[in-house]
Amino acid sequence: MIDDVFRDEWGRVVANLVGFLGDFDLAEEAAQEAFAIAAERWPREGAPANPGAWLTTTARNRAIDRLRRERTFAAKAHLVAAPEAVEDEMDEQTFPDERLELLFTCCHPALALDAQVALTLRTLAGLETGEIARAFLVPEPTMAQRLVRAKKKIRAAGVPFRVPPEHLLPERLTAVLAVVYLVFNEGYGGRSDLAADAIRLGTSLTELMPDEPEAHALLALMLLHDARRDARFADGELVLLEEQDRDLYDAAKITAGRIALERALALRGRGPYALQAAIASLHADDPCDWHEIAALYAELARITASPVVELNRAVAVAETEGAEAALRLVEGLDLDGYRYFHAARAELLRRLDRLPEAHEAYRRALELTPAGPERRFLERRLAGPAT
Amino acid sequence: MKYAVLIYSSEEGPASPAEHEVYMELSGRDSTYGGAQLHPVATATTVRVRDGEALTTDGPFVETKEAFGGFYLIDVENLDDALEFAATVPAARNGGAVEVRPIVER
Repeated sequence: MIDDVFRDEWGRVVANLVGFLGDFDLAEEAAQEAFAIAAERWPREGAPANPGAWLTTTARNRAIDRLRRERTFAAKAHLVAAPEAVEDEMDEQTFPDERLELLFTCCHPALALDAQVALTLRTLAGLETGEIARAFLVPEPTMAQRLVRAKKKIRAAGVPFRVPPEHLLPERLTAVLAVVYLVFNEGYGGRSDLAADAIRLGTSLTELMPDEPEAHALLALMLLHDARRDARFADGELVLLEEQDRDLYDAAKITAGRIALERALALRGRGPYALQAAIASLHADDPCDWHEIAALYAELARITASPVVELNRAVAVAETEGAEAALRLVEGLDLDGYRYFHAARAELLRRLDRLPEAHEAYRRALELTPAGPERRFLERRLAGPAT
Repeated sequence: MKYAVLIYSSEEGPASPAEHEVYMELSGRDSTYGGAQLHPVATATTVRVRDGEALTTDGPFVETKEAFGGFYLIDVENLDDALEFAATVPAARNGGAVEVRPIVER
């Protein structure tokens, strides 16, 4: 149960604490302490009526205790003297949702983009440093260093904790969208709670910026992908698109996704998220229009210059022009550290009956894939005939 | 005459406040009329304006072609205000760049 509460409440508790304390490290430490106390106490005494408010109050009090203990009380007295009823239990009214403030702070342009994403995954989604390192294809100490440096800079350089004023909003949005989408992708691999977090953040963004097509497009993209979640796995095992049971698609989510996509297109959205959402919408059709999908990927590759997009285009090309043509596209890509590159390459080689090469590529994909359904899928492929 | 004394210190060992006290005594406090210690270079943000658009990057200004030409000391609410100020400085607009560094407050 603590795990569920952790996933539901971590981001909100940390956001509230950063807003209150103005210090990321202190906020994270205090949140961790509060969750640890809850893990110890709730099973014995029962969970409080409002777990989020309890956790926030407890964490605030812990942070104040810590400040006193460390004799930095005088230096930070203005924080503690803030007119907050810190000793009181908070109810919903006094427990504001400051996740958007935290999101925009983490995604400030004075931070490098990779630091922005990492910090959001750590503070809002509650990912461990190791999980974030894997998502970024970097060693864990590199990621730890990146997080430390970003937090130091936010404090020393005076990055404000707020949703930016109107005139700064559009340029800040790009980074925020990229971050939300990366959170979603981390969840799409299996942690559905993260995907739900990302969709919640995406919905908030469309409410905050109703005229921004890419905000609607991102929400559409996430909903359309998420709608296929149940079909992507059977008994915990990965199922490829062509073998998915379409009855398992979440029709309500597909409808909601397509409404958001129409909204984005009506706002003249033709950006990367609008294109990807249009592709996701086509993927939900039976049969898929692979020609249209390949054309949209070509357009997307043109505006993003991303090798990952090229890889996806190759998968569509495999359906329209065959595995041979697709493999030619794949071979030129510089994506050696990306597990889906090796998995896609392996699949194409398998279709071309080049089995020893396919096995080698599956093995490489396996090396890069953490434990879970994706890994078991690759292991099943590897167990197939090698010659 | 007025002069600027520009300090280049290693990131590991900037002078301690006590060292500065001694230095100030020796050098004659009367002749200074301003100065500050900056936060480490990792807190720097650089602003360039190209085609009317302000480009913000994490980190210090590192080109060597341009020379250090001057500075403002500003007192604003937060980094956003400082970056907006920086984007209005002419050097940021005509091919140069402006670096924003927070000042250590004592």
